[in-house]
Amino acid sequence: MKRHLLSAADLTRDDAMLVLKTAEELRSLADRPIKKLPALRGRTVVNLFFEDSTRTRISFEAAAKRLSADVINFSAKGSSLSKGESLKDTALTLEAMGADAVVVRHGASGAPHRLAHSGWVRSSVVNAGDGTHEHPTQALLDAFTMWRHLGKDGARSGDNLEGRRVAIVGDVLHSRVARSNALLLQTLGAEVTLVAPPTLFPVGIDTWGVETSYDLDAVLPKADVVMMLRVQRERMNASFFPTAREYSRRYGLDGKRMRALQDHTIVMHPGPMVRGMEITADVADSDRSVIVEQVTNGVAVRMAVLYLLLSGANGSDHHGEAPESETDA
Amino acid sequence: MSAYLIRAVSILGGDATDLLLHGGVVAAIGADLTATGDTGDTVEIDGTGLVALPGLVDLHTHLREPGREDAETVESGTQAAALGGFTAVHAMANTEPVADTAGVVEQVWRLGREAGYCDVYPIGAVTVGLQGQQLAELGAMADSAARVRVFSDDGKCVSDAVLMRRALEYVKAFDGVIAQHAQEPRLTEGAQMNEGELSGRLGLTGWPAVAEEAIIARDCLLTAHVGSRLHVCHVSTAGSVEIVRDAKRKGWNVTAEACPHHLLLTDDLAQTYDPIYKVNPPLRTAADGAALRAGLADGTIDIVATDHAPHPHEDKDCEWAAAAFGMLGLETALSIVQETMVDPGLLDWEGVADRMSYAPARIGRIADHGRPIEVGAPANVVLYDPAARRTVVASESASLSRNTPYAGMELPGRVVATFLRGTATVLDGKLQ
Ligand SMILES: [Zn+2]
Repeated sequence: MKRHLLSAADLTRDDAMLVLKTAEELRSLADRPIKKLPALRGRTVVNLFFEDSTRTRISFEAAAKRLSADVINFSAKGSSLSKGESLKDTALTLEAMGADAVVVRHGASGAPHRLAHSGWVRSSVVNAGDGTHEHPTQALLDAFTMWRHLGKDGARSGDNLEGRRVAIVGDVLHSRVARSNALLLQTLGAEVTLVAPPTLFPVGIDTWGVETSYDLDAVLPKADVVMMLRVQRERMNASFFPTAREYSRRYGLDGKRMRALQDHTIVMHPGPMVRGMEITADVADSDRSVIVEQVTNGVAVRMAVLYLLLSGANGSDHHGEAPESETDA
Repeated sequence: MSAYLIRAVSILGGDATDLLLHGGVVAAIGADLTATGDTGDTVEIDGTGLVALPGLVDLHTHLREPGREDAETVESGTQAAALGGFTAVHAMANTEPVADTAGVVEQVWRLGREAGYCDVYPIGAVTVGLQGQQLAELGAMADSAARVRVFSDDGKCVSDAVLMRRALEYVKAFDGVIAQHAQEPRLTEGAQMNEGELSGRLGLTGWPAVAEEAIIARDCLLTAHVGSRLHVCHVSTAGSVEIVRDAKRKGWNVTAEACPHHLLLTDDLAQTYDPIYKVNPPLRTAADGAALRAGLADGTIDIVATDHAPHPHEDKDCEWAAAAFGMLGLETALSIVQETMVDPGLLDWEGVADRMSYAPARIGRIADHGRPIEVGAPANVVLYDPAARRTVVASESASLSRNTPYAGMELPGRVVATFLRGTATVLDGKLQ
């Protein structure tokens, strides 16, 4: 793997499968009484969150702590950034604290890229969501969840997502989740169809290598996975769609649409959901929904990412192997 | 005052000849000139291999003074101009306070005269405070000591169609021109880079070509309707070139400029997320660049203007969205025109003189610049070595700012000397 995880495009298929397989081994830990591993003892992981996202921060924090890393949480909102402290100044401060990895969430697209490539820090940078650009660990946990349900045992060809059909529905234009998923799922051999009203596709979508559709009902019967994206009601104020009601009617997943799915098809959502907008409560809480499992898987996948990045940076030669549990001894 | 006798120089790429600058004017041109008795201490310069061009005129410079003297001053900006071969620059109005009164334009004009490195012609704001609400006192600025003829809200577009119409009409009284920053504001809210495949992938809000083209088309129609004079700042798209070409074909009084960075650089540089490449209008596609070069070659684009836009370090040393728009341009403009236009055979040195000196002076209605190098003309002359090559080093700039996108790039050519009314502002590539 590369030293930083800034984009899902940084991952080869081998890299991505290594993360998934490492996450699978780590996930089994979750069921044990002692959940901690010594793998990153003495290493420092900084969570640098310039944008509110309690769930993502907690997920990274839990992942780092289960690997015995020291965790520093830095939430810029309401602190130094509001006083005008820059991304750079904050980065230099963290660097002085000896961070081995910086997990960064920022409202500006490319901020993690700047952090990694401007010589401000020497640590590994993990993109935890930047503006409307990418959210690669979300894509990894989504792929992990799909793989557990559709890939590992029931795969048509090999131990991956080859040929699986994934529909991603909603505000593609503003979604970092959609960008990262489109990249990673193609790397893993899945067939991706993005579904949205034309206003919520970015210019140039035809070059992404994915299928696109304006018609949700035409896509649903063929999908193995349906991933619903969050759609902010405020988008209607900028005329991306006329009303929330019309959006839901055309692009929302409700019980009636759910019945058009194949038996094995799973329903996903990166959260937080706007219930009643893109997804109804009965769908979110149905047996098909793996939304809660996505959260659990998020910790395992982020453990795998931190482990693989930091053990590689360490120069140790057990790069790629899953760490042994303390309790196994 | 010294006289300068330049030996064996090629005027606009012509045969080698001697050139005598004396008494503020071109005193003599011809073979084997001798320094005459009354020239006193005549300095001889070996012009072998050098091209003599008329002093360059920039119609689009941000000197930042008053208000942002941390980024640039009239003195530092005109020093950079002289090093780039310019003898006259037009200073944009978006200072603090805005150059929207006779008082402010006269202040800038005076600062230029005191600095002495090149002539400064202030541009007046079209609307009070660049706010797009109410016309500034255009007549008072025209009548002031600064003799303003070019008016622009640059940085902002005069987007209100009625206000634009009135401005175009009003400046007819004193032969003024409205220089429009063509950017439809609603189509570019939060815009960060050229809208295209890359903006979608990078998650940066797009600045669509249509937002420029729609305003240019509207302004061309308004200009024709009221019989006035329009200048289009920093044309950046192939579609804009087509619209301007069509307006000219119809005989409308429309001129246009292209910036060096739009001639050379393309939007794929945004992939670095390095805001050194963030500029407004944004870097466009390779096809847009080719259309601009073709338009500049055939005269659709009348001039090259730098849009020299200094910014302090911290305004570029940050994430893309937080960074300021703009890049330096004065000291590299001629090299980039050589690289993109002269070396590929799109423009000869006569053409360069037209696009970078004669035409901008004509548009700005300034009489003492943009004159052919002839006996009796003001001695505003650049000596340029097209065979030299240099690697751009940001810290070597005379500008107070360092935001050049060309740092580390090897470019052709070197300004050897610049003369302003016979006085050397630059000799041997160094400020005097
Ligand atoms: Zn402008």
